[in-house]
Amino acid sequence: MTLTTEKQPRFHRDSKQLEMLRSMQTIRRFEERASDDYQAGAIYGVVHCYIGEEAVAVGVCAALNRDDQIISTHRGHGHCLAKGADLNRMMAELYGRQTGYCKGKGGSMHIADFSIGMLGANGIVAGGIPIVTGAGLAAQLEGKGRVAVSFFGDGASNAGPFHESINIAATWKLPMLYVCENNLYSAGTIAADTLALSDVAARAAGYGIPGVVVDGNDVMAVYEAAEAAVSRARAGQGPTLIECKTYRWRGHTERPGQEDPRPKEEIEEWRQRDPINRFATNLIDQGLLTEDAWQKMDAEILAAIEDAVKFSEESPFPEPEAAVEDIFAD
Amino acid sequence: MPKISYAQAGTDALIEEMQQDATTFHLATSASDELVKEFGSDRVRATPIAEGAFTGIAIGAAGSGYRPIINWGMITFSFVAMDQIVNQAAKIHYMFGGQAKFPITFRASVGGGRRVAAQHSQSPYSMFMNLAGLKMILPSTPYDMKGLLKSAIRDDNPVISFESNRLMGVEGEVPEEDYTVPLGVADIKREGSDVTLVALAWLVHEGLAAAEILEKAGVSVEVIDPRSLVPMDEAAIRASVQKTGRLVIADEAGPTAGASAEIITVVTEDRETFAKLKTPPKRVCALHVPIPYSPGLEDHVFPDRDNIVAGIREVLDAG
Ligand SMILES: Cc1ncc(C[n+]2csc(CCOP(=O)(O)OP(=O)(O)O)c2C)c(N)n1
Ligand SMILES: [Mg+2]
Repeated sequence: MTLTTEKQPRFHRDSKQLEMLRSMQTIRRFEERASDDYQAGAIYGVVHCYIGEEAVAVGVCAALNRDDQIISTHRGHGHCLAKGADLNRMMAELYGRQTGYCKGKGGSMHIADFSIGMLGANGIVAGGIPIVTGAGLAAQLEGKGRVAVSFFGDGASNAGPFHESINIAATWKLPMLYVCENNLYSAGTIAADTLALSDVAARAAGYGIPGVVVDGNDVMAVYEAAEAAVSRARAGQGPTLIECKTYRWRGHTERPGQEDPRPKEEIEEWRQRDPINRFATNLIDQGLLTEDAWQKMDAEILAAIEDAVKFSEESPFPEPEAAVEDIFAD
Repeated sequence: MPKISYAQAGTDALIEEMQQDATTFHLATSASDELVKEFGSDRVRATPIAEGAFTGIAIGAAGSGYRPIINWGMITFSFVAMDQIVNQAAKIHYMFGGQAKFPITFRASVGGGRRVAAQHSQSPYSMFMNLAGLKMILPSTPYDMKGLLKSAIRDDNPVISFESNRLMGVEGEVPEEDYTVPLGVADIKREGSDVTLVALAWLVHEGLAAAEILEKAGVSVEVIDPRSLVPMDEAAIRASVQKTGRLVIADEAGPTAGASAEIITVVTEDRETFAKLKTPPKRVCALHVPIPYSPGLEDHVFPDRDNIVAGIREVLDAG
C-alpha cells in the first residue's frame, strides 16, 4: 500500500481534534448499540455497521462546513453522525418511530437530514454518486463556494454511475470530493477479485483529476487530504478522488449467519489498527487529552446514546395510515 | 418425496442444469462456495457490482452459443441494468429477424415483509410484462420453483425468474428425479366452486389460508396460481371463472397497471367468460405506495389472508 499522506498530524487545532475524537467515538458507540438493539429485535430489517471506518467520515466531514453537502451509502450511520445529525432522530428512525428523521419510512439504509447537507443514505450501490454530483452542480451554479462530497465503497467504484459522474465532474470542474472507502470487500466478494488495479485512486488519472491514497484509519491524514481537496474545489479547480484504505470490523450486515470470506487473522490485524484508539493515544501522547478526560468523554457519549434510545422508546410508532402520505409534495 | 426449501429448490435446479449443459455459466455479484466448488471459478464468477455490464455480457455470450444464468440478487438491482434488459435483451431476437437465440435466465428476489424499506421491497413484474420479448415465472412452492427454473434455463429466450423472498424458507415436497414445470401452465392449488382466487407467489399461501377460513363459512374458493406471468395461462383462468362466476386477484404488487389488471382483462375481454361473471372482479393488492420501513406502516400496505377474506366476501355480497 502506498500512502501519500504519512505526515504527522498538525496540532494547532486542539479543540477541533477533540471534537473529531468525540465524533468518532459517537459513531462507534452508536453502531454498537444499533447492533445490540437489532439483535434484540427493536431495530428491524437490515443494519450495516461502520465500526472500524470512523476515521473516514469524521476526517472528511471535519473539513466541511455545515452547508456543504454529502451523500452516503447503505453503510450510512457514520456519515450522518459525522455531518452532525441528531442522535435522537437517528435512533428513532432505526426504531421505526414517528419522531425519526424519515418518520419511520426509511430505516437504517435511508437516513437523511437535508438541513445539515446530508442528502441521504442509499440502498443502491453507487446510486448516490450522480445525485451528489448534482448537488455539486448546484453549488457551482450558486457560486458561493460550497462543495459536495460523495462517500462510496470499493464495490461502488466499479459501477457505471461512478465513472460517468466523475467524468462529468472533472469536465465541468464541479466542486466535488469523491471519497472511496476501500474496505477490501464488497459484501462477500473480495475487492481485489473485481478490480484490475490495486488502487481505486489510480483511476483519477483517466479523468484528469488528482487521485490520492490515504490511510483511512488515520483520521488526521484523511482530514488533511480532504482539506486540500476542499480548497481545490472551492477555488474552482474541480474534483478530487480520495481513496481511504480501511476495514470494517463487523460482517457486511448485522444479520446472523452470513457468509464472510474474511480470515480471522486479517480482521484481528485490522482491529489492532483501530482508528479511534490510535487517535486517542496520539492525543494523550501530545498532552491534549488525559485518560480521565477520555473516559469522561466516552461516558458522556454513552449517556447521550442511552438518552436517544429512551427518546426512541418513548416515541410513538407512526399511524398505519401515514403509509400513504408523502408520495407527492403538496 | 424429500422436503426441501424454496431457496434450496432453486439452487438444486441450477446445479442440475449446470451439470447437464456445459454451455451454462453463472454470474452474480457474489459467487457461492457451493457453486464454485462444483463448477469452478470459470463457470461461476463473482462480478463487480456492475449489473448493466454483466447483464449485457450475458446477452452477448448467449448470442455466441452459451446459456448464461444471471442472479441479480434483488429485482431492485436489475434496475441498474434497464437498458440492457429493455432495449437489448427483450428486443434483440426480434429486431435482428430471429437470426440468433438468446437463452438467458435472470433470477431475482421480489416482495416485501422484511422491513427493508422502499428500495429493497419491490414486486415490479408488471413493468417487465409490459415489454414484448421476455418470458417470466413467479413460483410459489419449492416444487414449482425447481420445475419452472429448469424450464427457464432450457428455454431459448430470456426468462426472468421472480422469486418471492417471503417464501425462501418455505419447505415442500420435490421429487428426486428430473422433472420440469412447463412455462405458461397455471396450477389449480385448490379446487372450489363459488369464487376464483388468482393468487401470486406468497399470496398463494395466504389465499389458501383464506380459503380454509371461508370453507368454515360454507364458501368454496378455487385458488389458481398462474406460475408464469409470460406466457400467461389465459385458458385456465377463464375456465375457472366460467365455473365460479366470480374473480378475486391477490397480488403483493400494487394494483396500478399490474399483473392483477392484466388478469382482469384476460377475463373481461373474453365474451364468453364475461357473460358468466356474476359480479365485478375485485383486486386485493398492496397499496400504491413505495414500501415503508416501520413494521406497522409496512403491514398496513401489504394484503394478507384477512384482506383476501374481506375481498372475497365483498364479491360474494355483491351477488
Ligand atoms: C446496484 C446494487 N447491486 C447490488 C447491491 C447489493 N449490495 C449491497 S451492499 C453491497 C456491497 C457494497 O460494497 P462496497 O461498495 O464496497 O461498500 P461496503 O459495503 O464495503 O461499505 C452489495 C453488493 C446493491 N445494494 N445495489
Ligand atoms: Mg467495500
